[in-house]
Amino acid sequence: MDIRPILSTLHRHKITACLLILQIALTCAIVCNGVFLINQRLQRMDIPSGIADHELSQIKFAYIGDRPDAYAQAQTDLATLRQIAGVQAAALVNQLPLSGYSMSNSGIKLRPQQQRTSLEVASYYGQNLLATLGVRLISGRDFQPDELVDLKTALPALHSDDMKNLPHTVIIDQAVAVRLWPGQNALGKAIYFGNDIPMQVVGVSSPLARPDSLQMGAQNSIVFPIRLTATEGGSYVIRTTTGDREQVLKSALAALKRLDPNRIVLERRTYDELRHEYFQDDRAMAGMLVGVIAALLIVTALGIAGLASFWVGQRRRAIGVRRALGATRGNILHYFQTENFLLATIGIALGMVLAYGINLLLMLHYELPRLPVIYFPVGAIALWLIGQLAVLGPALRAAAVPPVVAMRSV
Amino acid sequence: MFGYYFDLALRSLRRNKALTALMVLAIALGIGASMTTLTVLHVLSGDPLPGRSSTLYAPQLDPRDMGDYQPHGEPPDRVTWIDGMNLLQAKRADRQALMTGGSVAIQPAQSALDPFYETARYTTADFFPMFGVPFQYGHAWGTPEDAASAAVVVISGKLNDKLFGGRDSSGRMLRVEGRALRIIGVLGDWRPNPHFYDLNLKSYGGDEGVYLPLSTSQDLHLAHLGGADCWGNGGDGATPAHTAPCVWMQFWVQLDTPTQATAYRQFLIHYSQEQKSLGRFQRPPNVRLRNLMQWLDYEQVVPGDVRLQTWLALGFLLVCLVNTVGLMLAKFLRRSAELGVRRALGASRRALFMQLLMESGVVGLAGGLGGLLLAYLGLWLVRRQPADYAPLAHLDGAMLVMTLVLAVVASLLAGVLPAWRACHITPALQLKSN
Repeated sequence: MDIRPILSTLHRHKITACLLILQIALTCAIVCNGVFLINQRLQRMDIPSGIADHELSQIKFAYIGDRPDAYAQAQTDLATLRQIAGVQAAALVNQLPLSGYSMSNSGIKLRPQQQRTSLEVASYYGQNLLATLGVRLISGRDFQPDELVDLKTALPALHSDDMKNLPHTVIIDQAVAVRLWPGQNALGKAIYFGNDIPMQVVGVSSPLARPDSLQMGAQNSIVFPIRLTATEGGSYVIRTTTGDREQVLKSALAALKRLDPNRIVLERRTYDELRHEYFQDDRAMAGMLVGVIAALLIVTALGIAGLASFWVGQRRRAIGVRRALGATRGNILHYFQTENFLLATIGIALGMVLAYGINLLLMLHYELPRLPVIYFPVGAIALWLIGQLAVLGPALRAAAVPPVVAMRSV
Repeated sequence: MFGYYFDLALRSLRRNKALTALMVLAIALGIGASMTTLTVLHVLSGDPLPGRSSTLYAPQLDPRDMGDYQPHGEPPDRVTWIDGMNLLQAKRADRQALMTGGSVAIQPAQSALDPFYETARYTTADFFPMFGVPFQYGHAWGTPEDAASAAVVVISGKLNDKLFGGRDSSGRMLRVEGRALRIIGVLGDWRPNPHFYDLNLKSYGGDEGVYLPLSTSQDLHLAHLGGADCWGNGGDGATPAHTAPCVWMQFWVQLDTPTQATAYRQFLIHYSQEQKSLGRFQRPPNVRLRNLMQWLDYEQVVPGDVRLQTWLALGFLLVCLVNTVGLMLAKFLRRSAELGVRRALGASRRALFMQLLMESGVVGLAGGLGGLLLAYLGLWLVRRQPADYAPLAHLDGAMLVMTLVLAVVASLLAGVLPAWRACHITPALQLKSN
């Protein structure tokens, strides 16, 4: 189809055509970046926790008054939990991946006297942690019972530089091993914490996500051989089959309350619920973006349809003349479709440049990565489709203009 | 003339219902989305203590060791126990308060209520007069109670409603973590948002139920809430020891004049130098003295997502306006014949321009009203979100007026180009072609 007549018509409606192009360009730019943002959120929500998501539940208590027998109580509690039908394993842990509540982080140094820390990691500890959470050991070994230090002993030891009562071994996860010693065996290597407290890597586990601050490396985690109690902020974690999780959680809570009724339940949830809560802001943001993009596309479609029907109305006579001179309905239909395609293409081209500019701004202010090239064709196809759909109605009406219109004066 | 133009505008808009509806819809959607996000931004970036905020300052020191030292870095945003106590006792400001957050178990006397946890603030006495905290019943504690670690407590109005049905509970006892504390005051409506004095807890909607003297909280070994930033062998005990190399206390001062603020900054530098010569500090003096609003800005208290949403909504409004300009241009140019007749009969360009602008103003007003409804709907949706600021998202009077003004101004702007184009049509040409 010859596009010259279309161009000369558009030339006579410069301002309107420019406005339409501008609208398509802006829509294209916002849609490209919006879809990219949505995808970023979805990817974030997909981060593997590294633990048996669907088989775990958490119970957390708060206690009134001091508990001198807390360590003995913790042992009794864990033993009781293990005896409940359906409980495969039970642990006391300081924090859980993706819980948004980060209790403990550590800076790792590779050499004593090192100025800057090499890596900031989340530090996990507790009783029976790896086995219960379902974190595999890739190499090395789990902690021996005699390696475990009580938190109430370790903390004062830490503050007074008393090396004897501090743990000497550590298990790091694969992400940390790769970061610290790329291509080497991490087992047996030494790392340093705080004022050069040395610890030996005895095991490398499968990746384990952090509780929070995912931007610092989502899976940079280590495990210390430290025991803690629920009074020191620990949570009971039980592992069951997915099906009877709710049921077992209920009986576990009842059993623990029977052992010591004087505690307040702070948390009682399955790990899936915990994970759902952690990502709820991302989910809300993604939902909002979807809403705005949909509204934007609808407004643009309506705008295109409105202008197109205005043009059709204005050119009724010209259409009639063309029909009288032998143009088929198809010719008229294609005329309007091609016109829209031309405008959309110019708009999209401009929109790509704008999209890139907006992305640069977002990178500057919101720590977003560069917009991948794949989003450009996605935005282009979306706007071509919207444009063609919007123009179809008015174009069909134009094609239906009878040739006899040419004979009538307005 | 105004009434006549208004009437003309209504007639003309009625003549082309579909196009009018499209324009109103576009403006309503754009305004609705923008006002929803602008309202959230307005609520979140508001001044928590209007009238007082310019005299309140958060001093910052750098007590850390040389590990990870970078020149020109920012000092920590909290203070250590020792520095807090030193600055408090120096009394160099008009008022000063050292505080931290906590969480305490409350055991109600009524057996109908189970024990529950309440967020608490452990603070020195100046907290109440410095922040202008209103009291419903009773009064705050003073320096003597601080010094004596008195077993007294001030509770929020909300907790008073829960425990005592809103009656004056001052003088009664409250069991906190197994100890009996005497209630000496009940707060009135005190919900500063953002929760500026402690942003380590929830930034919004984080009002405490229980306030007690800092000294008392330490004597009773009450649990600290809000974490600690430690260096060296600080470790990460939930409640750091007083000598631990950890920052976990908030320190606020009131300085009534800029001169005093300058003097206080000097004092902080001198203090840092003194601590360095004593060997306690290792880094060169690195102090900050931000006032409340600067502090909120520095802490980036408004969530990045909210700002992003505002930009997105404004972009959306822009598209809606471009859309309206296009539609209006089409509409006005279609009426060239009518406008030509009016010109030929003696109407000035100015008169035509005003008439057309009135039409776009009416569209804007209708769009604004629609946008207002959509903004109410949008804010209702925001309130259903899980974020901790969500319950605060309400439209106030100022934002309501702003919605309508923004809608009318935006549509007038959108009308300028089409109206200008339309009233520059040669009347003779229009008359002839008809």
